[in-house]
Amino acid sequence: MQELLEYIVKALADNKEKVNIHLEEDEKNIRIKINVAEEDMGKIIGKQGRIAKAIRTIARAAASNSGKRSFVEIEE
Amino acid sequence: MKELIQEGKTVEDAINKALEKLKMEKDQVEITVMDEGNRGILGIIAARDARVKVSPRASRQEKAIQFVEELCSKLGVEMEIEAIEDEGDPRQLTLKLKGRRMGLVIGKRGQTIDALQYLTNLVANKGEGESYLRVILDAEGYRDKRKTTLENLARRLAEKAVRNGRRLILEPMPPHERRVIHMVLQDDGRVQTYSEGDEPYRKVVIDLEETQ
Repeated sequence: MQELLEYIVKALADNKEKVNIHLEEDEKNIRIKINVAEEDMGKIIGKQGRIAKAIRTIARAAASNSGKRSFVEIEE
Repeated sequence: MKELIQEGKTVEDAINKALEKLKMEKDQVEITVMDEGNRGILGIIAARDARVKVSPRASRQEKAIQFVEELCSKLGVEMEIEAIEDEGDPRQLTLKLKGRRMGLVIGKRGQTIDALQYLTNLVANKGEGESYLRVILDAEGYRDKRKTTLENLARRLAEKAVRNGRRLILEPMPPHERRVIHMVLQDDGRVQTYSEGDEPYRKVVIDLEETQ
């Protein structure tokens, strides 16, 4: 999951060194915090949150693989 | 990918020689100047040639394929990609995914494959000029099946709109699915179609053709 999201976010962001993915996992849930540079926020969220929605959908697919629910937060 | 180190009297000269050898244009390559060279002074100090490294940039097609491969491997799905370029339209590329566990890649009502497709389009076209490559992801004939479903739905709803004498609004759909609805009903003289709302909640409307 970590690698997957890091790969996606770095492919979209310009400031790749400022991309940081933090995972908290228990037996039911995976909480994911994505941190990017301020100027990259738009590239990760997108108009009407379209990109963020796509990232959440893929995270959900990856989490369901291990029978878990995923929650994605995006921060500066 | 092959890269080329080229020397020349000046940086520009070296770049031109390299492009000629690679048979590529300047916007298709990445150029690194390794040595700016020195023309020497009146032949007293020895002149040193300029040196550049020229490497072909990954095309949008290559970027798209690489992105999908990486994503699927990180999702833990083993698969093969068959890339099909549309002969009639060089701006379109279809990637067919083959392998086990395609259900995971497709997702409920195609949600996951649509998300993958959307991100692949963004990544393939990122930092490129104005022309746009449209990438379509398909797995196990999902797009064809979905297309047939949408065409049937469109015809059925057009009948219903005509029967009830009022317009009908469909569920939100991604652009490529809305296109299918518009296409199938464009020859139906009784109705007209258009889209309303903002992405990703844009919806097709089937409205009655105004009678003269």
